[in-house]
Amino acid sequence: MALDKPYLDIPGTIIFDAEQSRKGYWLNQFCMSLMKADNRARFKADERAYLDEWPMTEEQKQAVLARDLNWCMRTGGNIYFLAKIGATDGLSFQQMAGSMTGMTEEEYRDMMIKGGRSPEGNRYLGEDGDAQPQHQPQGAAGKNKGA
Amino acid sequence: MAKISASVYTSHVPAIGAAIDLKKTGEAYWQPLFAGYEYSKEWMKENTPDVIFLVYNDHATAFSLDMIPTFAIGTAAEFIPADEGYGPRPVPKVIGHPELASHIAQSVIQDDFDLTIVNKMEVDHGLTVPLSLMFGEPDAWPCKVIPFAVNVVQYPVPSGRRCFQLGQAIRKAVACFDDDIKVQIWGTGGMSHQLQGARAGLLNREWDNAFLDRLIADPAGLSEVPHIDYVREAGSEGIELVMWLIARGAMSDIQGGPAPTVKHRFYHIPASNTAVGHLILENN
Repeated sequence: MALDKPYLDIPGTIIFDAEQSRKGYWLNQFCMSLMKADNRARFKADERAYLDEWPMTEEQKQAVLARDLNWCMRTGGNIYFLAKIGATDGLSFQQMAGSMTGMTEEEYRDMMIKGGRSPEGNRYLGEDGDAQPQHQPQGAAGKNKGA
Repeated sequence: MAKISASVYTSHVPAIGAAIDLKKTGEAYWQPLFAGYEYSKEWMKENTPDVIFLVYNDHATAFSLDMIPTFAIGTAAEFIPADEGYGPRPVPKVIGHPELASHIAQSVIQDDFDLTIVNKMEVDHGLTVPLSLMFGEPDAWPCKVIPFAVNVVQYPVPSGRRCFQLGQAIRKAVACFDDDIKVQIWGTGGMSHQLQGARAGLLNREWDNAFLDRLIADPAGLSEVPHIDYVREAGSEGIELVMWLIARGAMSDIQGGPAPTVKHRFYHIPASNTAVGHLILENN
């Protein structure tokens, strides 16, 4: 019998379970290597060459080079591991989280100061909240879509 | 005999640590948050324990995907603050209490909780930010600390019920330690926050405050709340709140003692991506 996964019907959310962990093993272990200053310097000097030292998939490497954290997560990345890439780039956690929404840094920061994203309409897929697939990307990226 | 005197609950947002380290605590953005901990720092001065049993989670720092222990107890003599990618936080090293930690491990494992024993471990913001919030910026932490790391990174994390039961086993273990010392147990992490995906930035003031109410008055009922409710209502990283149930389970009212006194309660939105909650409960 398949395992119960009651968390697949939440919009805009990937739960890092054993399946994601298996898929993202080398991507996440690459991220861990960035906790050493020497490795951060080598990665910054030649990102592609550094990534090629790891048995990651080509898609995972592309996702890292693009700094597309949603793409990284779809390929098995976990946010606490991916945060090491952001730290290497000198980004705050707020900048990293915001980058996954399509909002500008300022838009995301303002949303948080105003009390954050409401859970209303964002609990189940199929509702109409701002985190639902039909409303992506949000903020400036959404307004510029198709322009 | 050793005794648990109080429990403390607080968020451990990394940006709070950065605000302290970069001397930004007086800025308009941060001032309301730190004001909420002024009482706590005074209370800590008058109620400094000998040891803090500090429940937190490691954020892919000491534990990569090489090893993912569900419950890990730090039995080392000291623990060094880790470089999480920005360089290590400029805070004192953490001095452990190997005798009490080993005693708790022996007792709790014999009570059927299969802890992982860790003799070498660096500690990240999950452990050091609560210490900074409660003690400010001393040259050395004024008491010993036993780090207790809970996996809340890879699903499934332990259930609220399991955490609550573990807290009860920890209380029993502390109560049969021969030295006459005062122990506090801290539960950290949360409150509502989501750091990933299109739903990043989710906060839930109503749910968080109901959680605080129930943690005080109905912890056994609260411990039955399933994971999915935390994720749906408090965000994917809001699941950290199960760790608060370990500390709550260690209070004496759970074993039939009198209800604890609520010395302090504070809630603030936002700290970076996160809703901050804080409680101090004293045993009677």
